[in-house]
Amino acid sequence: MQTIFTYMQYPFARYALIVGVLVALCASLLGVTLVLKRFSFIGDGLSHVAFGAIAVASVLQLLLQKMQQAGVLPGLAAMMKNTDSMIIVLPLTILAAVLLLRTGQNAKIKGDAAIAMISVSALAGGYLLMSLFSTSTNLAGDVCSTLFGSQSMLTLRLSDVIFCLILSAITAGLFILFYTRIFAVTFDENFAKAVGTKTSAINLLIAVMIALIIVLAMRLVGSLLVSALIIFPALSAMRVAKSFKNVTVLSVVLAGLSALFGVLLSILLSTPVGATIVIVELLVFFAMSIVGKVKRG
Amino acid sequence: MSEIKEVREPELLAKDLELGYEGKALVSHLNFAVHRGEYLCIVGENGAGKSTLMRTILGLQKPMGGEVHYGDGLTAQMIGYLPQQTEVQRDFPASVREIVLSGFQAQLGRRFFYTKEMKKAAEENLSRMGISDLSEQSFSTLSGGQKQRVLLARAVSASRRMLLLDEPVAGLDPSASQEMYRLIRELNKDGTTIVMISHDVVSALSYATHILHVGKEMFFGTVKDYHRTRIGKPHLLGEEKTKSAIRLSHPM
Repeated sequence: MQTIFTYMQYPFARYALIVGVLVALCASLLGVTLVLKRFSFIGDGLSHVAFGAIAVASVLQLLLQKMQQAGVLPGLAAMMKNTDSMIIVLPLTILAAVLLLRTGQNAKIKGDAAIAMISVSALAGGYLLMSLFSTSTNLAGDVCSTLFGSQSMLTLRLSDVIFCLILSAITAGLFILFYTRIFAVTFDENFAKAVGTKTSAINLLIAVMIALIIVLAMRLVGSLLVSALIIFPALSAMRVAKSFKNVTVLSVVLAGLSALFGVLLSILLSTPVGATIVIVELLVFFAMSIVGKVKRG
Repeated sequence: MSEIKEVREPELLAKDLELGYEGKALVSHLNFAVHRGEYLCIVGENGAGKSTLMRTILGLQKPMGGEVHYGDGLTAQMIGYLPQQTEVQRDFPASVREIVLSGFQAQLGRRFFYTKEMKKAAEENLSRMGISDLSEQSFSTLSGGQKQRVLLARAVSASRRMLLLDEPVAGLDPSASQEMYRLIRELNKDGTTIVMISHDVVSALSYATHILHVGKEMFFGTVKDYHRTRIGKPHLLGEEKTKSAIRLSHPM
């Protein structure tokens, strides 16, 4: 306990806690929809695409650095260099989300196969780019942290926290505003369409929100563990709650608590943040399964 | 009264419809009209294109030829729909109330949330279908008959004007089926136009006002005329039996 208080006096520890909880809260929102609409494959595919996008972004930044040194378009190069790589990663991931949704819906190649193709290619391409262009002496470490999240979140700056706050506010706001329609489309898309709900627009919205969440959560847990953050709380909540509203509320609560404990534990034990949170969520899932069994008798 | 009906514009008018999948026509030259307050039963063999017809009426699918006209002030949003065996996953967490309320998405317009009036109307629809006591239950734990009543309540929430029902009693036991038929007939008596696909020709003939037979032989007309045709004949005997059976079990 004493250790935690000591740590909380440092801004980086507070940032880690804020970012961790926010990301987990947002990620859990669309869990039910993702699980039940069999969209979970999109989540998985997207996280790989985002990995590729990060590689592209870092190569671009390297290129711009070289351009600046060589004196080509100095203004543009300087401007781009200082911007966050998220400006490249976010649109790329959203684009991929839209494309994946399209292929999943009406492709000749089966949706799953198309997504496997895209996501594995993005992984391979990303790794290739990183190994070709990286100037870092610790390539394996870079790749590892992109895949599994940083070893610790102690590198967070205030700008990261603000970026995270804005994205979380957007996702949560969109979710609340479109809650009724998201439920309708998740439960029975045919009926929703028949009575005039613009289901393709809502599906697009869901895909874009998943992209937002993945980009947001990837910094915390890395691209391989993102899906866990989205799906685990929903699965846990579904063990005990029976209505869509209760499941959504409970999964948000569980996700928040898991992230809180996960971040604190990782500080105390000096374990990787992302992996710790995911393991805590897994334990919560087991606990909820037992509660659900007892409840049903 | 019937004279006024004659001049009235039909709510649904199918003109020379051709339906099918991927260039292969299942049905062609399909013509029929549905007027306000009528009860049309669509019967025919499996794979004759009945569900395709319903999806076309709802605008979920484009016809290969011909067209469906809405008239008498009807728009696509005014049609409530009960799909054939909604494929809801086993563990889907949704309460009965949430599902019935989702019928009102047709009237949401630009609003984001359901209004108080809609919530009240949803409760009324629940009690109308006799499932008020189930409102907090999870849909996936209900029996087949209860599920269909929930989905009927949802369809009614979407619209009281016209209901499209795709095999509403498929897979139900006889008493649950009769209960569904009774609820549908009550709705029809209160002025809701009913268009129903059914395998159960015997019941169709006893409840409907009009019959559309889709298949190798086509028929559209009133139940009375259907009896006079050759396709209508084999069912005559069975119909009399059931009618008396219903009279016994449901003294009305």
